[in-house]
Amino acid sequence: MFKKILIANRGEIALRVIRTCREMGIKTVAVYSTADKESLHVKFADEAVCIGPPPSKDSYLNMQRILSAAEITNADAIHPGYGFLSENAKFSKLCQEHGIKFIGASPEMIEGMGDKSNAKDTMKKAGVPTIPGSDGLLTDIDEAIKVAKAMKYPVILKATAGGGGKGMRIVWKEEELLEMWDSARQEAGAAFGNDAMYMEKYIQEPRHIEIQIVGDQFGKACHLSERDCSIQRRHQKLLEETPSPFMTPELRDAMGDAAVKAALAVQYEGVGTVEFLVDKDRNFYFMEMNTRIQVEHPITEEVIDYDLIREQILVAAGIPISGKNYYPNLHAIECRINAEDPYNNFRPCPGKITNLHIPGGHGVRVDSHVYAGYTIPPNYDSMIAKLITIAQTREEAIAKMYRALSEFVIEGVKTTIPFHLKLMQNEDFKAGNYTTKFLETFDY
Amino acid sequence: MELKEIQDLIRFVAKSGVSEVELESKGFKIVIKTGNSQEIIRVAEPTVIHAQVPVASAPAPVAATPAAPAAPISAAPVADDSSKYVTIKSPMIGTFYRSSGPGKPLFVNVGDEITAGKAVCIIEAMKLFNEIESEISGTIVKVLVNDATPVEYDQPLFLVEPK
Repeated sequence: MFKKILIANRGEIALRVIRTCREMGIKTVAVYSTADKESLHVKFADEAVCIGPPPSKDSYLNMQRILSAAEITNADAIHPGYGFLSENAKFSKLCQEHGIKFIGASPEMIEGMGDKSNAKDTMKKAGVPTIPGSDGLLTDIDEAIKVAKAMKYPVILKATAGGGGKGMRIVWKEEELLEMWDSARQEAGAAFGNDAMYMEKYIQEPRHIEIQIVGDQFGKACHLSERDCSIQRRHQKLLEETPSPFMTPELRDAMGDAAVKAALAVQYEGVGTVEFLVDKDRNFYFMEMNTRIQVEHPITEEVIDYDLIREQILVAAGIPISGKNYYPNLHAIECRINAEDPYNNFRPCPGKITNLHIPGGHGVRVDSHVYAGYTIPPNYDSMIAKLITIAQTREEAIAKMYRALSEFVIEGVKTTIPFHLKLMQNEDFKAGNYTTKFLETFDY
Repeated sequence: MELKEIQDLIRFVAKSGVSEVELESKGFKIVIKTGNSQEIIRVAEPTVIHAQVPVASAPAPVAATPAAPAAPISAAPVADDSSKYVTIKSPMIGTFYRSSGPGKPLFVNVGDEITAGKAVCIIEAMKLFNEIESEISGTIVKVLVNDATPVEYDQPLFLVEPK
């Protein structure tokens, strides 16, 4: 078992990892930029090393600095959290070369899943349903026209090196294809330096349902059921819940099996998430695989009673898993509380938190790194807390969330709490009637 | 007054830079004097506790509370009349060395005159030895880190009286 883990991250996830390490008797090292000097993860870790000035590229994204910090503190493993270097193949490799265990995926795995077109091929070969589309990359506009005709419109052009919605164009009819083809390639070339495209059937009003998986070093993999993350604004999740209101036991088994197949096909080690798009007829299609712990992992933890960070560490230390699948016993919802003004286009509002009261009570969990008197630095993302409620039924979980949100006091900065309160009262949301298009028409 | 409260008060006074604090309430009186790197605390009733806490030190005596501040590798605050001095801070993370090898002469000593661009130390990280050059000219007043000690970003290394 590791003696000392360096957490290459900040904010709530750094605190999350430190908490589990403490419970396991593992020493912790926090790294921080000068902007995070007063951050809670720095205070709670056993040791802390300042690694640079505020900009991420000079601190949390700086591989040399992080590895130097691991070296001088004699850390034997690095936990990368989510974001930053957690899915960086080069960093995973550097850790390997320096004899430090990267608590995440191998460089080969990261590379394999990072290239979207490649990942899709791998999944297809493994028998995982994928979105009908082109056979790999499109060579030219003529092939694009042919493929689109065969699939039937609407189709979506996607950049193979893409992400965050860039290099993507939805095409509704053949007349638009040439223009979209040119503009997508131009955008992809500019954003990623790679304008190679592939095409897929455009799934209208899909649900985003992901399956949590765990794989060990001995070739075993299992799933921990689903999370519904359809409520998104500009591809950023705002709320997640499990079980999905759209799920059926048959669909869960089918999707779970597919996710485990995906994990086994790539001999996945660690915790990961396989994301699927689910259409209105409950057909599901592989979208992508995330080879790291996710922001919304707490809702799975709560309905299954399983510490996912602990599992990550155990697997990384070479401990085998049972291979058993896990199913939700309860219902859990998570609201991401951001320091943003929902009435001003979600503009980020960094600043000092002058007053803070965190909700409590039965079935309420808050994962947060903020405290009264803390100044949210402007250099990083705006998420300041994750509010999770757990109950026997979905109705109770929603009622609890509404109550907990009303009790949550954060003064000094604007937050998205009012937005979430409105969401809890929305009839469609309460009926479980939502897709990834929901927020486009949500009036709050 | 509880021991924890006394510890918190000592920490607070040390940080504040105040030279003397006297606190009186029902049943107790506490006097904390700082100055010349010595703090003497006297508490009357129920028992007299004499505690000597150096002012210029890393925060907190070892407390059992889980929220005990970490012991970061960052150096202590500088001495009192440091306002005219400039600190050379570490631009990287690694192990600080005062010479380029065992038995080799030290790069700088206290009292040495340096000009901007002069190598003042080596910081080693990931098997690479980096010479750190001073950005200022002046006289070395104090060396703040011991040889072969780990240092972090922005950690003060040398106190220099600028020219």
